[in-house]
Amino acid sequence: MQLGIAAFMLRKLLRLALLLIAVAIFSFVLISLSPIDPIDAYVGADMLQISPEQRDIIAQRWGLDQPMMTRFILWLRQLASGNLGTSIIFNQPVSTVIGSRFQTSLQMLAIAWLLSGALGLAMGVVAGARAGSWLDRAIRFYAYTLAASPTFWVALLLLLVFSVSLKITPICCATPPGVLTKDVTVWQRLHHLILPAATLSLIGVANIALHTRQKLIEVLNSDYVLFARAQGESLVGIIRHHGLRNIILPALTLQFASLSELFGGSVLAEQVFSYPGLGKATVEAALRSDVPLLVGIVFFSALFVYTGNLIADLTYQIVDPRIRIGKSS
Amino acid sequence: MLSVQDLNITFTLYDRGLAQKQLTVITQLDLDVKAGEVVAVVGASGSGKSLLAHAILGILPDNAQVSGKMLFKGEPLTLNRCQDLRGKAIALIPQSIGYLDPLMQVGQQVQRTAQLSGLSRPAAKAAVDRTFARYRLAAIVQRLYPFQLSGGMARRVLVSTAVVSQAELVIADEPTPGLHPDVVTETLNHLRELASEGKGVILITHDIEAALQIADRVAVFYAGTTVEIAHAQDFSNNKIRHPYTQALWRSLPQNEFIPISGSQPTPEALPDGCLFSDRCPWVTQECQLERPPFLQVRGAPVRCIHADR
Ligand code: SF4
Repeated sequence: MQLGIAAFMLRKLLRLALLLIAVAIFSFVLISLSPIDPIDAYVGADMLQISPEQRDIIAQRWGLDQPMMTRFILWLRQLASGNLGTSIIFNQPVSTVIGSRFQTSLQMLAIAWLLSGALGLAMGVVAGARAGSWLDRAIRFYAYTLAASPTFWVALLLLLVFSVSLKITPICCATPPGVLTKDVTVWQRLHHLILPAATLSLIGVANIALHTRQKLIEVLNSDYVLFARAQGESLVGIIRHHGLRNIILPALTLQFASLSELFGGSVLAEQVFSYPGLGKATVEAALRSDVPLLVGIVFFSALFVYTGNLIADLTYQIVDPRIRIGKSS
Repeated sequence: MLSVQDLNITFTLYDRGLAQKQLTVITQLDLDVKAGEVVAVVGASGSGKSLLAHAILGILPDNAQVSGKMLFKGEPLTLNRCQDLRGKAIALIPQSIGYLDPLMQVGQQVQRTAQLSGLSRPAAKAAVDRTFARYRLAAIVQRLYPFQLSGGMARRVLVSTAVVSQAELVIADEPTPGLHPDVVTETLNHLRELASEGKGVILITHDIEAALQIADRVAVFYAGTTVEIAHAQDFSNNKIRHPYTQALWRSLPQNEFIPISGSQPTPEALPDGCLFSDRCPWVTQECQLERPPFLQVRGAPVRCIHADR
């Protein structure tokens, strides 16, 4: 088994390397072909004060006069040594910006992830156990409508109801304005992340609920549940002893694999709530042509999503006895 | 112990759109089992063998209507009573390891069976240990998952589920398909043992040879009905009554090995009269008028009006 997992990890790491190289090539080509002029983007509003000669010097310094291939290799070398460059809009190393922004997002993402997972699982179990009932139909209706509605729209709706009309949640940001970071309490933080997290959860439950429902129906129609019924097991007993055991693994896998959607959703949700996390930084970087930051985020999100998928695959290897033990024997 | 008389099972199916369709899959089925006796239920697939088991346990799907009389220890077996009795007084031994939860250790599953039959947790644990020892299953087997069991171990684990529940009536549904002959014999002996302990055993199988190894009586099913309930020795004594039973017997390799021509009618197209009339060598006009009732011929019931010839 140890050997199996080691080989599995090695294969996965190799794939990750390939993925990152592919991402690097794509980002480089796309940005080279994009209309953004790196010097314009860097200098910004001071453009008028720069003479064409100075411009040429900068271009030379940066190696912009080199052929594309040479530039790519130079850039790759920098990347490999861990240097992602400096963010233009924040005037800080890209890794620092991503680090601090991600920390802000992380709490929100974690809460959204846990909430959507737990809620979705519960909804799926209820719907599956009572398949065909009005409760099942209501849950399914909810899941289908929510799965089809855009994140920013749900975010705006929540903002209108809870922040504008009811005034029980803050209208923006991760902390109250005018309070020093070190003075912000945990409750204030929670208060600020509740709406963006709720937005992501409300949408996130749809997938897992529908999937769990389907899976539970399959389990309830299985031979082993028929046998359990023949032994006098009740519906609740069947769900407790056989249902959860058999649906938790696929649910977990799905939930880890959904990190990509969660990340994508956070870009929109953070924008609506002006929540200064990584998602908002993405939009800012894109709107203001902060190429180094944008590329840094592209790499980071690829890594993030890949890790999610990796954990999803790994849970099967570790949790499912048929794979865990089956491989060794 | 158990007596089933004139059992009918009809499924309501939704045909295209909202048109309902009634499908009668079991008609006039009879069976009785006494304590200490093995009754084999023999028939081809689609003859209603497994459905009978599900009807006795009350685990038919919701769209099934059941009519007729089922008595367990003299009392009618209503759906409510089924719910109370299954897992306690009536136990099922399923066909294959597919009927065990793939993600649960087998010891735990058998223990759950014991607890469902009314034992406390420690008593259930003890019952599992005792039963596994009885069937020469090492203690470590308790911690295996179903996919890790060999064919023979799997059979013994499945028999254990019925034993720990201390049920008085055991229904074994096709317990021997595709098994090594030694395992078949072993499994059959386990069932015989249960009967010797005073339990009633119903052995559902399509394998007439296996059935004859241990059964006291053999009920032959055809197209959802019981055509004959013969004594086991009637087969070798050439006393079997129904033309279908005789054809089944002749089709065995050690006998004449003549397959029966034609096929069993589907529930959609049952003949009006005797269900076997379209394949019967003795068929007369009279046979096609109505379903033959049970007649006592040479000491056992048979559904054939010409059986005494
Ligand atoms: S009743 Fe007639 S058709 Fe049916 S088995 Fe007897 S002889 Fe054959």
